[in-house]
Amino acid sequence: MKVDIYERVWMWGVAVVLAVFFISTAVAAYGRQFHPPSHIETIDPRTALTDPRMAPQGVSVDADGRVHVRVVGVTFAWLPAEATVPAGTPITFHLTAADVVHGYQIVGTNGQAMAIPGYISQFTTQFMTPGEYLIACNEYCGVGHHMMAGKLIVVPQEDWEPPTASQSPALETEEVAG
Amino acid sequence: MTTPAPGLASTSERRLILAHVWVVVLSFGVAAGMAMMQALSRANLELPYRSARMYYMSVTGHGVLMALVFTTFFIMGIGYVIAQKETGFIRWRKFAWAMFWLAVLGTALAGWAIFTFRASVLYTFYPPLQAHPAFYIGLTLVVVGSWGWAANMIVSWRAARRTSQERPVSLAMHATTVNALLWCLATLGVASEMLFLLIPWSLGWVETVDPLLARTLFWYFGHPLVYFWLLPAYTIWYTVLPREAGGKLFSEPLGRMVFILFLILSTPVGFHHQFQDPGISANWKMLHTMLTMAVTFPSLVTAFTVCASLEVAGRLRGGTGLFGWIRRLPWGEPFVAACLLAMLLFLVGGFGGAVNAAYALNSVVHNTAWIQGHFHLTVGSATALTFMGACYWLVPKLTGRELELRLLAQVQPYLWFGGMVLFSFTNHVTGLMGLPRRLFETGYADAAQAQTWESLTSVSALGGILLFVSAGFFMLVMLGTLLAGPRKEQPAIVWAEPLAEPAGGFRNGLWDRLGLWFAVAVLLVVLAYAIPLWDMLSMTRYGSPGFKPF
Ligand code: HEM
Ligand SMILES: [Cu+2]
Ligand SMILES: [Cu+2]
Repeated sequence: MKVDIYERVWMWGVAVVLAVFFISTAVAAYGRQFHPPSHIETIDPRTALTDPRMAPQGVSVDADGRVHVRVVGVTFAWLPAEATVPAGTPITFHLTAADVVHGYQIVGTNGQAMAIPGYISQFTTQFMTPGEYLIACNEYCGVGHHMMAGKLIVVPQEDWEPPTASQSPALETEEVAG
Repeated sequence: MTTPAPGLASTSERRLILAHVWVVVLSFGVAAGMAMMQALSRANLELPYRSARMYYMSVTGHGVLMALVFTTFFIMGIGYVIAQKETGFIRWRKFAWAMFWLAVLGTALAGWAIFTFRASVLYTFYPPLQAHPAFYIGLTLVVVGSWGWAANMIVSWRAARRTSQERPVSLAMHATTVNALLWCLATLGVASEMLFLLIPWSLGWVETVDPLLARTLFWYFGHPLVYFWLLPAYTIWYTVLPREAGGKLFSEPLGRMVFILFLILSTPVGFHHQFQDPGISANWKMLHTMLTMAVTFPSLVTAFTVCASLEVAGRLRGGTGLFGWIRRLPWGEPFVAACLLAMLLFLVGGFGGAVNAAYALNSVVHNTAWIQGHFHLTVGSATALTFMGACYWLVPKLTGRELELRLLAQVQPYLWFGGMVLFSFTNHVTGLMGLPRRLFETGYADAAQAQTWESLTSVSALGGILLFVSAGFFMLVMLGTLLAGPRKEQPAIVWAEPLAEPAGGFRNGLWDRLGLWFAVAVLLVVLAYAIPLWDMLSMTRYGSPGFKPF
């Protein structure tokens, strides 16, 4: 196949640019361990609110001192609707849904993951700027989709108080959100 | 002999194609009307009858009619035009009519379910949202109808190839057949989702369905779907536009290669729509990311070839200098203007697409208004505006009538362009601010962050109004031309001539071996999907019963 010289130059140029993209994507992903939320774990959606891996919903600190937030999406609320976390600290979110698919999105950050019934999603992120963040649902879940919102309050590290061990059980959180 | 329409031989063939055109025009008109209401609703304007229930029903109707009905019927119609021209007649005409009516019946069934509020599940219909069975069955019938069309294209291609062993079939036929093959491979995903998961589940034959498996099958189909929309636009840019603009096709053999690359690369990439999904490992997402980047190669080659062809046209029309040829292009011709403006919008859409597919950036834009800004540039403009332009070019040839209301047809692409710039730019920006897509209302009870995007959603609504006016112009021109244009003999269809005959003349080459390339495509699909799908199926999974919160 005879190809015009300019077109050949163009094609090589495109190929080089693509190669650069390939490499930089791979380096960013594997070098800095940056991956989209790809946790693989299943859960029975009927017991999503009570399963020990997802309850109690809300903020907790594990034995190693790491901060976790457990959230379950139900039509049309995030449980819990509000969570307070420290700034500048890695926070691990654990998400699932009790009915249909929802999308947990911390507006104004790149923190988001799908909450799919039957699966647990997980991602870890840090918030540098204290303030109130809107949590939206970004996957259509029914007629109240636009009302499904929550709040994430990020406070300076020194003002943050770890939740006490006896957290409000799942049922109470549901009432707060409802 | 009443109205001779040269190039398209018999009256009955024209009737078949025109039947497709009617569905195109009507589905587009209904969907455009709904779309304007949506754009206004997102700007929180109080309209009569505005309600959340109505809104989500409308978005479902708009998505299904635009993305699945308008596009598919246009693609089938233009496929018949191309096959007719290639081989002298349309094969299996009764069967083609049967398939047409099957697809119409499917549209009617799905439409009934949508408009009676039984299927507000959007055109992606992610379970466990559960629609009325008529919705799933209807859409399946549309797909089955399109399979009949695909078989028709493949058979026509074989016939054309048999009669000319040495010379390859025309680029237009090559491209259409590739698209038909791509469609067969892609629809395997959605057909198995419908037949094995959603239809039995919506009929109550099985209790539960696995939402992740359904999403995976859907996106196995969903990405090649976008190339199914795009390839016919490319076909028109390669084979019709250069000649209508007054020039020649710059590089014919590369065009053949481009379509083959789409056939093999456009399916094994579906995970780029599932970056934020659990249950799929990061390594497989990465593989799909790499293949996604590779699929930009044929698009960039197309950009070169089409621009070079247009430059040939501009210079033949007396343009000089580095950019002087651009001004000489016939910007006042409705078809040419529609294609050129579609290409300009697509250029921006392409950059946005690279962001969506970027492994790291996706988490900023996923499911935000950015996405809606993006695909209105791609399918909503590159494809839809080209198709509208192609209607201005084709329908006179089918009806033997002059284009009616020509002035409106000349203005229409510019209005679309202007409206789309406003609509799409604001949606990209609000998306970056974090505004989700698919929202009846964007106020979030006056949350501080929601106030930042308030004024921009109004600009987007203004764009929606311009788009709606443009769509209205298109409808008027089409209805006028179909029903009332003055009868006049129309020039036949002639494909754009290649600029240079390859040394040794046109011969069948590597890129003309569609069977071989189809096998490669299947192989790549197996490589990209077999293991992750197997992993998914072998987990302990919990299905979901259906929910109808709409
Ligand atoms: C009359 C011009 C148009 C306007 C004003 C318009 C407006 C809109 C709006 C406002 C939405 C967003 C709904 C939401 O996410 O809340 C939407 C969604 C959509 N539009 Fe359009 N649109 C137009 C033309 C088109 C065309 C020509 C196509 C494709 C051929 C198209 C395909 C879609 C699709 C696939 C969706 C997604 C639906 C969903 O998220 O489920 N639109 N459109
Ligand atoms: Cu939602
Ligand atoms: Cu895609």
